[in-house]
Amino acid sequence: MIDAIYGFAIAPFVEFTFMQRALAGALMLSISASPVGVFLMLRRMSLTGDAMSHAILPGVAVGFLLFGLDLVPMTVGGLIAGLIVAFGAGAISRLTSQREDASLAAFHLISLALGVLIVSMRGSSIDLMHVLFGSVLGLTDEAITVIAVIVVTSLVAMSTFWRALVAECLDPLFLRSVSRLGPAVHFLFLGVVVLNLVGGFLALGTLLSVGLMMLPAAAARFWTSRVETMALTAIAIAAASSISGLLLSYHAALPAGPAIVLSAGAVYVVSLAFGTTGILNSHTTKGQHRTA
Amino acid sequence: MKVPFSALVLAALVLAPLPALAGPLKVVASFSVIGDFAKQVGGDHIDLTTIVGANGDIHVYEPTPADAVAMSKADVILANGLALEGFLDRLVTASGTKAQLVELTKGITPLASTEADDHDHDHEDADHDEEDADHDHADEEGHHHHGDLDPHAWQSVANAEIYVKNIETAFCAADPDNCPDYTANAAAYLDKLEGLDADIHEMIDAIPANKRIIITSHDAFAYFGHEYGLSFLAPQGVSTEAEPSAADVANLIRQIRDEHAAALFTENVTDPRVVEQIAEETGISVGGELYALLSGPDAPAATYLDMERHNAETISAAILGK
Repeated sequence: MIDAIYGFAIAPFVEFTFMQRALAGALMLSISASPVGVFLMLRRMSLTGDAMSHAILPGVAVGFLLFGLDLVPMTVGGLIAGLIVAFGAGAISRLTSQREDASLAAFHLISLALGVLIVSMRGSSIDLMHVLFGSVLGLTDEAITVIAVIVVTSLVAMSTFWRALVAECLDPLFLRSVSRLGPAVHFLFLGVVVLNLVGGFLALGTLLSVGLMMLPAAAARFWTSRVETMALTAIAIAAASSISGLLLSYHAALPAGPAIVLSAGAVYVVSLAFGTTGILNSHTTKGQHRTA
Repeated sequence: MKVPFSALVLAALVLAPLPALAGPLKVVASFSVIGDFAKQVGGDHIDLTTIVGANGDIHVYEPTPADAVAMSKADVILANGLALEGFLDRLVTASGTKAQLVELTKGITPLASTEADDHDHDHEDADHDEEDADHDHADEEGHHHHGDLDPHAWQSVANAEIYVKNIETAFCAADPDNCPDYTANAAAYLDKLEGLDADIHEMIDAIPANKRIIITSHDAFAYFGHEYGLSFLAPQGVSTEAEPSAADVANLIRQIRDEHAAALFTENVTDPRVVEQIAEETGISVGGELYALLSGPDAPAATYLDMERHNAETISAAILGK
């Protein structure tokens, strides 16, 4: 029995270094990206991740064209493009009456078009998207280092400004009334979002990065309304999905990135149905209220 | 200055001269290797346009209006066939060309694609391809056929000779006046190909039988392996777009350990990261870069002859340690 469990769940990671690296990369990203996802969801910015995966293209492309397939210049380029788009969209939503989703849509489309233009200027038509974005099974030492730096930076930033972030998310008017840090916290948060996404895209691929950021957060929302608990639940869900997805990929011969994201998707569906504020439970609660 | 695609096609149709053969024979080649063959056979008599140029990845190519214009004016269109050029059928239809489309793999013995399990090509970047619906569909079409037969037939020099003969036949049919020149050019080039074939046989035959398993990043070398007696293994399968599963990578690593793979190579136009990871894990160092398609003029695979020679030399040097 124990042998069977060992053979199923442990042996793949002992036998193969690439499995260890994939696990390390996915777990590290789980720890930093899932709490970010919780805040994005609470701010109604859940689709930011998808928009950002397109928005960083011009920066990554310029990095690639100037320095070749080297993770550091590509990450720096992506960060610059991502920050311009995120800060631009944030500034517009603060200075004008346009909401952040509309300004983000505008900025990311401009950025994406620019990126496609730059890519096609290279003359040859190698599909850069496939070369630029990483794969969880191809993690190099450099990629692991980049992810580690991102995790540490974003954890430090988030824990330092945790209370301000919670206030900014849940009650921005309150934060504005007690402090002038509101905009600063907002932009710091956008910076952390971009950092997590860009690093994740280049090291692990876009689907996996956005998936690990948003799905665990959305699932955790069905179990609790406290932000701290939600963030911790999201991290646990993301970590469990990473492990089960990699094992699924190993035993069932499925591509690793989609397998991890689908594991998180399964947790989301289960939470949606059975969570404390999920479909089944919230329905009975409502019924009780009506009869009471 | 963006002109609508349909307007360009229309303009091209209106402006295109009738297929009277004034001036050089207008030839469109689908990708770099075929373009090289066409240049060798056609010489000065043809006006050549190559759609997917050096280092371009033909699996995921997105045609431009200029391609449609070239195609609509073409007298002969040369393609590989075996569903390599997923974009081609659409482009032929869209350009409204009257030219004859010649599939150069006609007459070769196709190999079954090595990608045995037909798992869906659910690639990581599905969301990225949405930026261009046409592109997406072209990919899809390319991939659905891709599972059956391996299209990378030009990697065997014997097949390349068939490609060249097919080109000669097509040129002679389209431009009978210059047929003697085409025949002479083709004969001269075939001589070179035969010399190359013999050289590669000599190089590869020197490799001991237990050192003939080779790892690459994308399975484009089955015909080369079949012709010269090497086995190529790849984590990525035949198409450049599918993402390998952990099981694929793990099996490959086991296979490398059990069967003692002799060498490991990356390839132009594919992501080297997974292969580098495998190299690190198995302790085999990366023996160099192989070319499935032509490189730019300054790199080792500027022409077909250079490419095949480079590949054979790289393989033999890595295995025999020269």
